[in-house]
Amino acid sequence: MKLGFLVDLNLCMGCKGCEIACKVENEVPLSSWRLRVKYIDIGSFPNTSRSFTPLRCNHCENAPCERICPVSALHYLENGIVNIDSARCIGCAGCMMACPYGAIYMDPESNTADKCTYCAHRIESGMMPACVVACPVEANIFGDVEDEHSHISRYIMEHQGGVQVRKPEKHTNPKHYYVGGGTQTLDPLAHQRLEGYGLFNNVTHLEHNGDPHHGVLDRFLAPFVGHEKIDNKSFMDFSADQTTSKEGDH
Amino acid sequence: MVENTIHATQAVVTLDIALPGIIWGWMITLNMWAKSIGTGVVMVGAYLLYKYKKEEVSSLRWIMPLISFIALNVFLLFTLVDLHQPYRMVNIFLHPHWTSAITVGAWMASLFTLLMTILMVIGAADAFPGLGGKKCKITALARNNSGLYEKLFPFVVFLAIPVTMYTAIIMAESSARELWQAPTEMIQMLLAALMAGSAALILSSGSWDKEVRKDLSLVLMVAVFASFLMYMGEYFFSFKSSEAEATLAYVHAGGEFNVEFWFGMVLGFIVPFFLAASTIKSDNTTLLRFAAILTLVGLYLAKDVWLKIPQMLPLS
Repeated sequence: MKLGFLVDLNLCMGCKGCEIACKVENEVPLSSWRLRVKYIDIGSFPNTSRSFTPLRCNHCENAPCERICPVSALHYLENGIVNIDSARCIGCAGCMMACPYGAIYMDPESNTADKCTYCAHRIESGMMPACVVACPVEANIFGDVEDEHSHISRYIMEHQGGVQVRKPEKHTNPKHYYVGGGTQTLDPLAHQRLEGYGLFNNVTHLEHNGDPHHGVLDRFLAPFVGHEKIDNKSFMDFSADQTTSKEGDH
Repeated sequence: MVENTIHATQAVVTLDIALPGIIWGWMITLNMWAKSIGTGVVMVGAYLLYKYKKEEVSSLRWIMPLISFIALNVFLLFTLVDLHQPYRMVNIFLHPHWTSAITVGAWMASLFTLLMTILMVIGAADAFPGLGGKKCKITALARNNSGLYEKLFPFVVFLAIPVTMYTAIIMAESSARELWQAPTEMIQMLLAALMAGSAALILSSGSWDKEVRKDLSLVLMVAVFASFLMYMGEYFFSFKSSEAEATLAYVHAGGEFNVEFWFGMVLGFIVPFFLAASTIKSDNTTLLRFAAILTLVGLYLAKDVWLKIPQMLPLS
């Protein structure tokens, strides 16, 4: 069994239902995302179009994050899912440097790496991932890519020639496919992040990696003196320092 | 108006999350820089011990392991401090994952530091007969096993090479950052060690023979020249993937990384080259020491830029 994902971008309408479902199901903290939907505008007024691209972990068959993890916190499950054991993670961020898809984040609550697991806990109980259930147009197709009769396998066969993966040149052999995508939507270098053109401005780079209140000393003292409780307000300091963009004009 | 400022075929992100900023920051730069010193002094020191008599490099036998020991501890400290879960560092030894260069490197660096500690204790105990007093068991044990220094030293020199270069393998495994995927990265690490090692030894070469300083100048000169050429080759001429090209745009386009990079190149590579060249004949110790300090500063700046710019690139 090799579980895979396929997103039909022709169907996706950018409602972000999958994004919210993922957040709720996995209790993903603010400032972190396991799944996000990116809006990209193409063309010039009045001939413009907007595309919506859901982005999550690609569960690569040859996963660079698994290879670089020094303690096997990132590991393969038998069904092909690249899972993560937060209790073992040392927080070196090597996986964040290795993942070509930017799909791994430092959880600000646990201060360990985390990412989409294809809702492995739901799969184990025979349920579909939360994002699949939430999608109103069934743009998210999930299943066993080794089973030729599965929905995802049939979908891939029906759309032969139009099925793409992100960054195939990396030889990671992703198990996450797209139908209806193009270079402009799947290649991050083929679109620009220009200040003033987004629905929200001054949103380019996170100023913190993991917990913003987890300094060097806190990392050592936390097991003994406890840790400052984190709630949503911890991430809502919109001071000038945190909103100023830095070299984010790509 | 949009149609005047953005090309009609250009795609623009209109809604997305804030991307992660620099994940491996100054602590990793300092980590790499300190490791270059820690291994470089052993490589350059080995050459000096092989070529010269003990009297000509009298203090080298204890100064070399001492510098290396301090630098390696700085390196290990910042490796630990940079972890988000520092106490779990022990997992690298309890649950090692051998495909990871981080694991292999941590084991090798730990062994290297252990061997270097032994060499430092023996070297210091031999050089300072009064060290620790008469009752100190450690110094007594070190003096009784003085010959161990010469037996261990070849293994330490051999180990210094992979300990220097494993960071390049970590960078190669960081497959999201294509600028680091260049095969030159390994050679750059080696050259950085020679630069840092010769610079550190120059700073402590006051009582050594003139010919030794001449050799150190030559090593420094060759290392900075070769390293500078490689940086320029990578920066201007080599074939680059589109991602690496886009990464270098953070330097090409001006701004803080441009200033830091060229400041590092001039200060740490070009100026020390000429200063070191001029001191080969004149044996101007002050000038040579100045070149050594500039090299260490410039090396830090160059490494810092090369570490940070690939992290600015959006990956998705």
